[in-house]
Amino acid sequence: MSKVWRYGDHVDTDVIIPARYLNIADFKELSEHAMEDIDTSFAANVQPGDIMVAGRNFGCGSSREHAPIVLQQKGIKCIIADSFARIFYRNAINIGLPALEIGMEVEKIEAGDELTVDLAKGEINIVNKGITIHTNPLPEFVQKIADAGGLINFVKGAQ
Amino acid sequence: MGMTMTQKILAKHSGRDCVSVGDLLISQVDLILANDITGPPAIDEFNKIGKPVFDKNKIALVPDHFSPCKDIKSAEMCKHLRDFARQHEIKNYFEVGRMGIEHALLPDAGLIAPGEIIIGADSHTCTYGALNAMATGVGQTDVGAAMASGTTWFKVPKAIKVVLTGKKPRFVQGKDIILTIIGKIGVDGARYQSLEFCGEGISELTMADRFTICNMAIEAGGKNGIFPVDEKTIAFLQERGVTRSWQAVEPDADAEYDSVLNIVLDELVPVVAYPHLPENTHPAAESNNIIIDQSVIGSCTNGRLEDLAQAAEVLKGHKVHPHVRCIIIPATQEIYKKAMALGYIDIFIDAGAAVSTPTCGPCLGGYMGILAHGERAISTTNRNFRGRMGHVDSEVYLASPYTAAASAVMGHIADPGEVLK
Ligand code: SF4
Repeated sequence: MSKVWRYGDHVDTDVIIPARYLNIADFKELSEHAMEDIDTSFAANVQPGDIMVAGRNFGCGSSREHAPIVLQQKGIKCIIADSFARIFYRNAINIGLPALEIGMEVEKIEAGDELTVDLAKGEINIVNKGITIHTNPLPEFVQKIADAGGLINFVKGAQ
Repeated sequence: MGMTMTQKILAKHSGRDCVSVGDLLISQVDLILANDITGPPAIDEFNKIGKPVFDKNKIALVPDHFSPCKDIKSAEMCKHLRDFARQHEIKNYFEVGRMGIEHALLPDAGLIAPGEIIIGADSHTCTYGALNAMATGVGQTDVGAAMASGTTWFKVPKAIKVVLTGKKPRFVQGKDIILTIIGKIGVDGARYQSLEFCGEGISELTMADRFTICNMAIEAGGKNGIFPVDEKTIAFLQERGVTRSWQAVEPDADAEYDSVLNIVLDELVPVVAYPHLPENTHPAAESNNIIIDQSVIGSCTNGRLEDLAQAAEVLKGHKVHPHVRCIIIPATQEIYKKAMALGYIDIFIDAGAAVSTPTCGPCLGGYMGILAHGERAISTTNRNFRGRMGHVDSEVYLASPYTAAASAVMGHIADPGEVLK
């Protein structure tokens, strides 16, 4: 079961990982600053397998892939949002971090909820509330990138 | 079904006669961009593939964000980029001293032409849509993969048709137009969509206005922004030595748009976007009560010669308010030199402003003008997210060079008309 880290609308890449730290090339070191401008407790307390849940336009702003990477480094297993900003969504797919866009249904998920997510079936269970949310499976092409373990392996395999 | 400009360019680069919204495509790219932040990890991804670069003339690497390097860590990242550029004989690597902010530099270097596809590991790559190109930001893994394959994947976007009509008032420029648009549709109003500009009002806009407008398409969540070609575009391409053959792309008459936004230029006023989102747009004239500590004029949004000309027009014969630091950053070396020849740099220094070599610097809170706790800046940059320019409890107000310069003089946010009667 996964713990939920719940945030609001328009969480931008500057708060996911502030630009002032982008001179740090080591992603593990960098990830210690994840979310710190809006949530100083996140980096210290997040556990591998936890899930991030947010509102509209998650990951808006910069193209920095450091944003999904630091969340992945911190053990976030998947991100669920009402909607994602385009480049963030693309980056998450390319590095193999599942991003589920579920629209208004996301409002059923609150901080402290416990989730199980079945990516293959596209099912999110809010265990403590006994609610199941059904999502669309990934588009086939995107699924292929995911199956290859990310874009780089996908491109390698295509040769 | 007809296609938009963006859809036509995508179709052509994917070997298709036509495409529809939602189609997933593998497309050829004409230019791939990375900078000193995104380049090093893109190179690491590229190296995992174990292939040579697809074309050493179609990659541009620009160390502009923390460069001239602000510390040892950024120096290591720039070195990584430089070493790669030398090893792979990347033609368009721009070293300090010949460098500029990527999105001002590449069009000026003649690297962008109508109908081309440009991807960059930088969200403001969408700037080049001003030249009728399909240009969009991607991540560093995308760039690493594309440097090997010369291709990338796209989903065909829906479109918003933005119809510009009327005449631009005296102090209204590209920044006011795009901030007004974002204020209307919101920071996710164009999410996953292209902003397709049209209408006779376009002829009113300088190329600098168009670059500024397309630059901030991403601030509305857009995939790209794109203008048609007119005589100003052609003059720009000629001046910039673009001699390779290119073809202007026009939308089909029956192209499908998700929505239409009408902007009457005569109705616009100088505006300011309040913290912490670019959609919080208010008239500058109604913001007089906001005291500022710093005014930044520069960036890929508003660091072009026309922008500096506007700042000089305001600052000439005036002094920066004693409580304000005014920092002016020409976007490229060439712009810097021209500004010097035109006397702008003297005007800036005489007014009491600091003038810097080209760099992104304060725009992303890197260096060269970081804000302390509780400080407030007006800035011609494109993002006012929390902590963007320094301390998490500092504030950034986005505006045009006219408005930022007028505010620097007054010490509070001011409409340009307050200084230039
Ligand atoms: S000037 Fe600012 S927005 Fe433009 S490329 Fe540099 S950091 Fe990004």
